[in-house]
Amino acid sequence: MKKKQVLVACGAGIATSTVVNGAIEEMAKEHDLKLDLVQIKIAEVGGYVDSADLLVTTAMTKKEFPFPVINARSFLTGIGTEDTKKQILEELKK
Amino acid sequence: MSELFFDESIILLDVDGSTKEDVLTVMGNNLVEKGLVQESFIPAIVAREAEFATGLPTAGVSVAIPHTDVEHVKRKTISVAILKNEVEFGVMGDETETTPVKIVFMLAMDEAHSQLTLLQKLMQVFQNEETLKYLVSEKNKSSIKNLLEAKLDFVALEGGE
Repeated sequence: MKKKQVLVACGAGIATSTVVNGAIEEMAKEHDLKLDLVQIKIAEVGGYVDSADLLVTTAMTKKEFPFPVINARSFLTGIGTEDTKKQILEELKK
Repeated sequence: MSELFFDESIILLDVDGSTKEDVLTVMGNNLVEKGLVQESFIPAIVAREAEFATGLPTAGVSVAIPHTDVEHVKRKTISVAILKNEVEFGVMGDETETTPVKIVFMLAMDEAHSQLTLLQKLMQVFQNEETLKYLVSEKNKSSIKNLLEAKLDFVALEGGE
């Protein structure tokens, strides 16, 4: 199976995306999923429209993308983390 | 990458601002005076907050983690401000909601894609209602500094990564 490309984006690409990236790496290990994780600024997402399978972000964007977008604020606040993980896993197992 | 700077001088208590811009400017000015960031850091962080809000409603007290691009930073640091009165910040990832913030953690990061351990520990602080309530009520900067040093494990960080 082709590795899924997962974009992890926040406003500056330095802080919250780092945390979300770490959380997804852990999830991937736990569930034995091979992922191509790309940590970027939200403004850079446009460059990946042809290759990405999923966008996980703390900075919601109005733009429509051809792939699903999941909000990952729960990884920062601890509120609703399990639901977010479930959402991400569902997308990755498709 | 520089070593993280953290001491009492970048912990600000009773910060009195009526808008998030006031608070960001007070904190940013302090960092400029300490030589930790460029002057351009202040307009950059205000603009970034307007575009990508960083307020986080947590279990106890709402916090905000304003930050901006690495080129405005001279030395990596986390400045903490306890606000006299809550100030509305936009909620991260939500263009319509705001949240009344009581503690601001201003991140000055000098490198992209690193500092995972530090940030994860910071998020653990946000998830600990007791710690947040303590920070809001504590009036002694040294106590706040000691608590955060322990929680964020700065010593381990300097040796690692």
